[in-house]
Amino acid sequence: MSTDTPAASADGEPLTEAELQARIEELEDKVATLETDTADDTKKMTIVATQGTFDMAYPPLILASTAAAFGWDVVVFHTFWGLDILHEEKSKDLKLSAVGNPSMPMPNALAAFPGMDSMATKMMEKRIADNGTATIEELIELSIDQGVELQACQMTIELMEYDEDDFYDEVTVGVGAATALQHMAESDIQLLV
Amino acid sequence: MSAEFDISQTLDVKGASCPMPVVKTKQAIDDLEAGEVLEVVATDSGSMSDLDGWAAGTDGVELLDQVEDGDVYKHYVEKTA
Repeated sequence: MSTDTPAASADGEPLTEAELQARIEELEDKVATLETDTADDTKKMTIVATQGTFDMAYPPLILASTAAAFGWDVVVFHTFWGLDILHEEKSKDLKLSAVGNPSMPMPNALAAFPGMDSMATKMMEKRIADNGTATIEELIELSIDQGVELQACQMTIELMEYDEDDFYDEVTVGVGAATALQHMAESDIQLLV
Repeated sequence: MSAEFDISQTLDVKGASCPMPVVKTKQAIDDLEAGEVLEVVATDSGSMSDLDGWAAGTDGVELLDQVEDGDVYKHYVEKTA
């Protein structure tokens, strides 16, 4: 921005008082706009949650509820299996996968047997209770109470044949990739889980 | 340990682990008036670092003190605004 604008109009004539006054007002408006833009220092975070297993539901919920405690503006965009976290019934019954999890104390050949996922989930649920770790349900409620915006991707709702009525009431539906990207572009932190 | 400030309210989050001590502290602080001090009693050892980080990154609160008392971690948070 030029700071040495001569106090004269284009034709070389000195500016009238009215013209100067108008110029001052114009600049004052600009300063006010800039001040408003920079005053909003609320941090923003966008998390994209794509997984619907018991263990993968925790990180986005823990980070979202904690970020909300910082007073941040938080959006969690749920897509594909991440939608299960928003599904009232399914979210209470998310399963840990025993297969393909190298941390499981059993070989894959055994883990693939029926009932193994349920058993692994039960074990984990007990450890969570013993450790005083919040349940997924508690974290969803906390997130909602604190104003975290939980979004459900419209395309995957339809792809996976979900009924929007089965989601928690506070969930935002009718949103897609462009909505997610818009919030991501404005965010200080963007995470894909 | 006796604190050198007046405690307005005590929040007991013993047994709760991350992120509960921070989230519950934020909720309790919301119910306080400016100038009041919240005592947070936790057993989560991570709460020492987490509450410090939360208070540093949050407007309107100040962490006055943190005390390790056996298995219990006590935090004193003032609502400043």
